[in-house]
Amino acid sequence: MAQADASMDLDTGRETSLERMVTADGIPLKRSLKRAERRRKLFALGLVAPLLAFLLTVFIFPIGQMMWRSVDNPQIINTLPRTVEALEAWDPGADELPPEEVFAALQADFAADQELPRRQQGTGSLGVRLNYEVSGARSAVSRTARQVDGFAVPYKDEFLDAHRLWGQPEIWRVIKRESRPLTASYYVQALDREYAPDGSIQLRDEGQRTYISLFLRTFALSATILGLTFLLGFPISYYMSTLPMRQANLLMIFVLLPFWTSLLVRTSAWIVLLQQQGVINSTLVGLGIIGDDSRLSMVYNMTGTIVAMTHILLPFMVLPLYSVMRGIPPSYMRAAKGLGARPWTAFRRVYFPQTLPGIGAGGVLVFIISIGYYITPALVGGQSGRMISNEIARHMQSSLNWGLAAALGTLLLVSVMILYWVYNRLVGADSLKLG
Amino acid sequence: MALPAYATPLDKLWHYTFRVICWAIFFFLVAPIIIMIPLSFNAQPYFTFTMEMLEFNPQGYSMRWYQELFTSDSWMRSIRNSFYIGIGATILATILGTLAALGLSRAHIPAKGLIMAVLISPMVVPLIISGAGMFFFFSSVNLSNTFLGVILAHTALGTPFVVITVTATLVGFDESLTRAAANLGASPTRTFFKITMPLILPGVVSGALFAFITSFDEIVIVLFVAGVEQRTIPREMWSGIREDLSPTILAVATLLVLLSIALLSTVELLRRRSERIRGMTPG
Repeated sequence: MAQADASMDLDTGRETSLERMVTADGIPLKRSLKRAERRRKLFALGLVAPLLAFLLTVFIFPIGQMMWRSVDNPQIINTLPRTVEALEAWDPGADELPPEEVFAALQADFAADQELPRRQQGTGSLGVRLNYEVSGARSAVSRTARQVDGFAVPYKDEFLDAHRLWGQPEIWRVIKRESRPLTASYYVQALDREYAPDGSIQLRDEGQRTYISLFLRTFALSATILGLTFLLGFPISYYMSTLPMRQANLLMIFVLLPFWTSLLVRTSAWIVLLQQQGVINSTLVGLGIIGDDSRLSMVYNMTGTIVAMTHILLPFMVLPLYSVMRGIPPSYMRAAKGLGARPWTAFRRVYFPQTLPGIGAGGVLVFIISIGYYITPALVGGQSGRMISNEIARHMQSSLNWGLAAALGTLLLVSVMILYWVYNRLVGADSLKLG
Repeated sequence: MALPAYATPLDKLWHYTFRVICWAIFFFLVAPIIIMIPLSFNAQPYFTFTMEMLEFNPQGYSMRWYQELFTSDSWMRSIRNSFYIGIGATILATILGTLAALGLSRAHIPAKGLIMAVLISPMVVPLIISGAGMFFFFSSVNLSNTFLGVILAHTALGTPFVVITVTATLVGFDESLTRAAANLGASPTRTFFKITMPLILPGVVSGALFAFITSFDEIVIVLFVAGVEQRTIPREMWSGIREDLSPTILAVATLLVLLSIALLSTVELLRRRSERIRGMTPG
């Protein structure tokens, strides 16, 4: 670094004399320095390149690919090109079925698809795709596609016989609306909206809304956990910062031990403590504080999630807070008191404002980690302690609506990125400290 | 924080109340972890202290859950897998991360902020999103349900820790030492192994430990990318907690707590050593 600065100095300050100076092999010094500088830069880049390439392939690209899934919509246009073309003239706003030509086109599309080798057939994924929008569409597509070879004019009646769904304008509206290679429908769903028959986007009925309230609950839970980690973390950080280094380091073990202990261990510890037959309930019953039949339910609900996650994330609040508090000279407080401030005023007006960077850093860290948390809510959260990650996992693993999972994931990622940007503004990513 | 002689009774009351509050919080932090240790020796399949245990009757204690753990094929396989995957990921992450940290600290690299953002990203992106992304990617390149796939995924998660710890030790690094070595005729490789490496070693080792514990403790990616053959300890605990909660989990947990104490002490020792080498007063 020092060398680079020196050569810059030479560059600007004494350009003329540099032009005249040459190295031993007769190359002008300026050019030689520049070349050395470039070589250093290339060498440094070469050191960074393997990791950069590795992360771009194994990490960034897969996430980009997943985000692409939230708008990717090839199934309909690929499998039903003729139908899509025929539907262009049809008015989806009118509450009637499309004309005979559309049915003929659909018959041709299905017949063409059946000709393909099994692995290239598109009707399977088409059925799955339509099923996200209209329930029952999957069986309608697979059943009809198998019979379509035997269909005769007029196709319309044949289709209506094969499956009742073809007789509803709804499915035709979906095919027409989703006939482009990109779709917004997963985001429409992820934001609890739906398409009205006239194509406009409207809020779903009260009973069918899930995701917005889940996002709000995730944020509310994270804010609660953030508040609790602050309430618990502030006193102990302050206490440790007033002690001599040796004692403070000993107490630090109490913070670092949970930090280093396996997440699954900490989560199962809370199950052991909080469950109905667990340590806390048994102690309370043993002491006669509560009856045996009125054991508290503290786990597999929101309480469980909040308690376990506060415990897990507390070190993330304490570590930055403590290091900021260490740096605050105690003389400021003494000066404030010497100038006549009462202890509370001195604390509020002199000490507390100086801890704000630590609170900001720890707070954003805790919030970022908790809004994306999956394991602990899944294990101790029950139904009321679920968070948005659990819903993403459900769509990934059991409902298999990957587009919706990707849309929810993208929304979550965007919120985390915004928060991280704030964090970066507050403390700078480089100052991230560990342990 | 000794009380001054002029403290009023109210000051004294607050002083002691504050200490009690702090110790209660420390208790909250450590008790749940410590309490599992005696419970893992429970002779009964319960998650609470039995009467015999409270009376310190030897009958109340047993090693049966440890026995169950060490004779169970699936647990033993998961322990092997965890070390296998953890060590593989640690080696890769340490090499890649150390090289990158050396490069980043050397010269003005173009777009340094952007590069740093990419290198740190595995730490920032929620695991559920990384897991979902890797699920699709790894199945498209036939790496899902393979050891290599899990190792590569864990390598990605571990590298930010190595980059951060090694960068931190390089902050106090005196470049004139390597220049002196070069001036005395050492080749760049020799300079690296004889001068640079010993000085940054504490940072490299603690970065490696962070990478190892990240892999060792990781479950979300394993849930998405690994198959039955690649089940790790956390994965086995996950199904243990979800399906049949047995005190075997407490035995595993106890062993893991001991392991984390060992790792914590190592990192702390390394930190002190590194500060001593760099001429700072030990903290």
